Amino acid sequence: MNQNNLIVYLEFEDGRVADVSLELLTKGRTLASKLGVELEAVVIGDNLDGVEEQVFPYGVDRLYKVSDKRLAPYTSNPHSAVLINLFREIKPQACLMGATCIGRDLGPRVSSCLHSGLTADCTALEIGDHTDPKTGKEYKDLLLQIRPAFGGNIVATIVNPECRPQMATVREGVMKKEIFDPNHKGEVIELDPKKYVSDEDFVVEIIDRHIEKSKINIKNSPIIVAGGYGVGSKENFQLLFDLANTLGAEVGASRAAVDAGFTEHARQIGQTGVTVRPKLYIACGISGQIQHIAGMQDSSIIISINNDPNAPINTIADYVITGNIEDVVPKLIKYYKKNSK
Amino acid sequence: MSLNIIVLAKQVPDTRNVGKDAMKEDGTINRAALPAIFNPEDLNALEQALRLKDANPSSTITLLTMGLPRASEIIREAIYRGADAGIVLTDRVLGGADTLATSYSLAQAVKKFGKFDIILGGRQAIDGDTAQVGPQIAEKLGIPQVTYAEEIIELKDGYVTVKRRLENGVETVKAPLPCVVTVNGSAPACRPRNAMRVQKFKYAASPSEAAKLSDERKALLEKRPYLNLQEWNAAFVEADPEQIGLPGSPTKVKAIENVVFTAKESRQLDDSDAQIEELVKELIANHTIG
Ligand SMILES: Cc1cc2nc3c(=O)[nH]c(=O)nc-3n(C[C@H](O)[C@H](O)[C@H](O)COP(=O)(O)OP(=O)(O)OC[C@H]3O[C@@H](n4cnc5c(N)ncnc54)[C@H](O)[C@@H]3O)c2cc1C
Ligand SMILES: Nc1ncnc2c1ncn2[C@@H]1O[C@H](COP(=O)(O)O)[C@@H](O)[C@H]1O
Repeated sequence: MNQNNLIVYLEFEDGRVADVSLELLTKGRTLASKLGVELEAVVIGDNLDGVEEQVFPYGVDRLYKVSDKRLAPYTSNPHSAVLINLFREIKPQACLMGATCIGRDLGPRVSSCLHSGLTADCTALEIGDHTDPKTGKEYKDLLLQIRPAFGGNIVATIVNPECRPQMATVREGVMKKEIFDPNHKGEVIELDPKKYVSDEDFVVEIIDRHIEKSKINIKNSPIIVAGGYGVGSKENFQLLFDLANTLGAEVGASRAAVDAGFTEHARQIGQTGVTVRPKLYIACGISGQIQHIAGMQDSSIIISINNDPNAPINTIADYVITGNIEDVVPKLIKYYKKNSK
Repeated sequence: MSLNIIVLAKQVPDTRNVGKDAMKEDGTINRAALPAIFNPEDLNALEQALRLKDANPSSTITLLTMGLPRASEIIREAIYRGADAGIVLTDRVLGGADTLATSYSLAQAVKKFGKFDIILGGRQAIDGDTAQVGPQIAEKLGIPQVTYAEEIIELKDGYVTVKRRLENGVETVKAPLPCVVTVNGSAPACRPRNAMRVQKFKYAASPSEAAKLSDERKALLEKRPYLNLQEWNAAFVEADPEQIGLPGSPTKVKAIENVVFTAKESRQLDDSDAQIEELVKELIANHTIG
């Protein structure tokens, strides 16, 4: 048995490995290379043909497949049972999962059973050493799990010195997805589901399911027009859509704007929304609280439109336009139309 | 049907309204500057429990919380809103626990509590935002979990049917009892305090609180047993010292930093036509747009 590697749990639905899992493979590849270990992945579900073609280019050395009709769609106990039993055999030193409804349901259950630490919603993962401040004991090459805490007001680095696997979840969009090598090939290991999950694990029955792939794709848009509470209303948000349509951009939002019902949750940017790094970010009526900035600070160019010249977001903006949304946004549209081509 | 319902709730610092004084000079948190509140999603969980009790009036709702002795504040709050009783699990040896040590301690308290039909908790607590404690307690108790619940549709014949709100859709699942259900903030808000219950329970106190009370108030607690809130410690719930508190936590905090963003040199513009047109031209010229 190959042991002590780094493993990524793959979310798989409708024939596709989820983006968040591919992002984790990219990160996992870097970490595994640094540790000098193999990158493994595990996929649990039904109709798993071709998963290897999707993930090998991301640098997966070994893919475990566990296939059974009852394993799709995801339910907590069966998927937990597979991971728990598999991890007992292959003893991974680290395991990464998406901080999604699935990863955040599965991770805690697995970590509880294996008594291994789990850090939710990491924003950065690194390899580093650690010295226990009390005992002075030194640990080499731990997974440093970096995450915001206290509502985003502090950043904490968490380590699991003794327990394995070191487990972490990461939100979609936080890590970058990048092909490692289009020709990379790994090994496929088909596991017998009967050895990893028992009939008694299938206790929760899915009666009904409506999952829609979100059509909103702010994560990959090169230009984002984001609106905050200062936009004032759902009607005013239409102004942002007009600007976005003119520029070929997507519309994003702050949590306050989403909570106020100006637009849908799928557009929320920040610590509890998506992380974006577009070429241009136009923040309209957004004050720039830490939790929002955490999700957009890596944008190349930031324009802030705010009627308060002292809005915190202005400090990280390249251009600060002091004025009202209602006045500034139509002018941006007008002068873009006038000056483009 | 009389159900035995446990609601898990946590008293948390109000991280949503962190003011300037909430961070100390050295970058650590000034907990004293943050008001302690009932974790918001735990109130959503309490409402689901109260609805179960509305439908099954002979049911009892017991709030279980682990924290400082002052956490009995949220127990009174829950009782004002319709819960029946509460337990504060409090002990210095439980301090510094990560989610795993917390779940273990709470699971021990649940075992001590005895028979129950359903455990309801919030999806996550706003101080840590981990959403781990619910599923971990379920695992420790060896029972199923239903996370991201928005509504308990039905509870009968030993099963609970729950609507879950996921990232991009909804799912309805049927789970056998007993189980743990964690409730989302998108579920209905908790009902307000009931004025009569406030009158009846405003002098409810835990033993730590009672110790500081006047003789008159102590006498009242003796006369009216229902005013006594329970306090349990680690030994009482037979917690293994190796699995609790800081020593029982596999995860350790290596470092904490204040969040600082590097300020940029920004260009200041006003909303005049001239300045906005100039900006747009510049962005087109350097291929940022267009
Ligand atoms: C645990 C936690 C997680 C969170 N996660 C997120 C997250 O993921 N994303 C997120 O965004 N927030 C998040 N928040 C919330 C965050 O703290 C802020 O409350 C939120 O970002 C504020 O949104 P806002 O800037 O739109 O609103 P406000 O802070 O109310 O700011 C509105 C701004 O609009 C300006 N304004 C008003 N009228 C006009 C006008 N006519 N024209 C121009 N400007 C105008 C005002 O000057 C002000 O600067 C989180 C909070 C917590 C505690
Ligand atoms: N100390 C605690 N006491 C009681 N319940 C808790 C405690 N910590 C967490 N919980 C419950 O577990 C949920 C998830 O918490 P967390 O994993 O910390 O985000 C909370 O909403 C509570 O219902």
